[in-house]
Amino acid sequence: MSFFGFGQNAEIDIVLNDADTRKKAEHKTEDGKKDKYFLFFDGETVSGKVNVTLKTPGKRLEHYGIKIEFVGQIELYYDRGNHHEFVSLVKDLARPGELSQSQSFDFEFTHVEKPYESYTGQNVKLRYFLRATVSRRLNDIIKEMDIVVQTLCTYPELNSSIKMEVGIEDCLHIEFEYNKSKYHLRDVIVGKIYFLLVRIKIKHMEIDIIKRETTGTGPSVYHENDTIAKYEIMDGAPVRGESIPIRLFLAGYELTPTMRDINKKFSVRYYLNLVLIDEEERRYFKQQEITLWRKGDIVRKSMSQQAAIASQRFEGSHCENMSAQAREDSN
Amino acid sequence: MADTIADTRRLFTRPQNLSDAYGPPSNFLEIEVSSPETVGVGRNRFTTYEIRLKTNLPIFKLKESRVRRRYSDFEWLRGELERESKVVVPQLPGKALFRQLPFRGDDGIFDDSFIEERRTGLEQFLNKVAGHPLAQNERCLHMFLQDEIVDKSYTPSKIRQA
Repeated sequence: MSFFGFGQNAEIDIVLNDADTRKKAEHKTEDGKKDKYFLFFDGETVSGKVNVTLKTPGKRLEHYGIKIEFVGQIELYYDRGNHHEFVSLVKDLARPGELSQSQSFDFEFTHVEKPYESYTGQNVKLRYFLRATVSRRLNDIIKEMDIVVQTLCTYPELNSSIKMEVGIEDCLHIEFEYNKSKYHLRDVIVGKIYFLLVRIKIKHMEIDIIKRETTGTGPSVYHENDTIAKYEIMDGAPVRGESIPIRLFLAGYELTPTMRDINKKFSVRYYLNLVLIDEEERRYFKQQEITLWRKGDIVRKSMSQQAAIASQRFEGSHCENMSAQAREDSN
Repeated sequence: MADTIADTRRLFTRPQNLSDAYGPPSNFLEIEVSSPETVGVGRNRFTTYEIRLKTNLPIFKLKESRVRRRYSDFEWLRGELERESKVVVPQLPGKALFRQLPFRGDDGIFDDSFIEERRTGLEQFLNKVAGHPLAQNERCLHMFLQDEIVDKSYTPSKIRQA
């Protein structure tokens, strides 16, 4: 967003050096619209040019200095006045003086640390941007350019499954299992619900993904719960011994990585909520936190290699069933 | 942009016992409110309803029971459940005080269509309440459904499963 005062006689523009090759990522703005921004990762250099264009050639532009800043900040919606800057770098481009013609200034922020991922939420926003300023006596000429930062992770070393037995004494006992506790954003949740005891009349069962954004500390803590997905996994009444499979593809939903206590200002956590609904619309549920992480794009194996892997898996399970059958037959 | 194919095979499950799969479910609970009968004469008349219960839930002492109850018994049950349990108890069909005023064109609270409306409402109420896992722990519910007489001076308590 650029701020233009009255009688502006110059325009400033920020252009990145790698604008042609750098990827862009979609990011939601505060009012819900989706826009594309240049994508950066931690440690990458941010370099480019600031172009100052005089609107009326011949008319000189007096200024008190030209600079460019790289800012990473957290903005809490209920405390708009206080931006918390966790990254703030400045490069002076020109000392106070006069511009008699349009001019271009090079800048480079080398290997900038970008510790957190860009996030626009319900009560908080974390953003990175470049801000070029031409300081003047009455009103500065400012141009901001937002960028998007993503934080990548590698496969977690430990990724145990979640398996638990829950229920209401003598009414409903189930054992639920999810194959992992940490899922990447395009992963698949594979699980099952095993019914040990069913003494209520269940109508259907669904699994919800809930996002909880927590802002603030101490006495003023705000939780915003948002149900990102509702996915029915069973329609009808189960009996004891029945197993209901779960297969939920995360790529179809708008998810961010789990963010824990970012700069001590906010958290974004995700939960799986297993909900059973009985014939009288009573709801029985169990919430379980999962960790979401962002996987970097890896070099794609060839299609034939991938097909071979997939068919091996299918054949593998087929063989398991066959041998179980053989054992039964021989008994 | 595609990743390697994720492993989406089902998790291992134990095969189901065939008697579990094809046997009667263990959540059988049927409650019927029927056969309204008006007893008494003149101003001391009231209507009773038959409540028939069939179940295989272990928490009910009798697998089949048949009792007669009147509207005020339902009101008593609702009050007990609201006080003793944490259940949000559903509403009963209306008290219809205006129907008890004199000089009406119809039979007031002994009108057939009114009784039928009330019967349906009481049946819905009981099915909702008796299926609630928390309400099933209350002594008052079991006394209402299965004991011959409702003893309003009972000691409220929770049922414990054997």
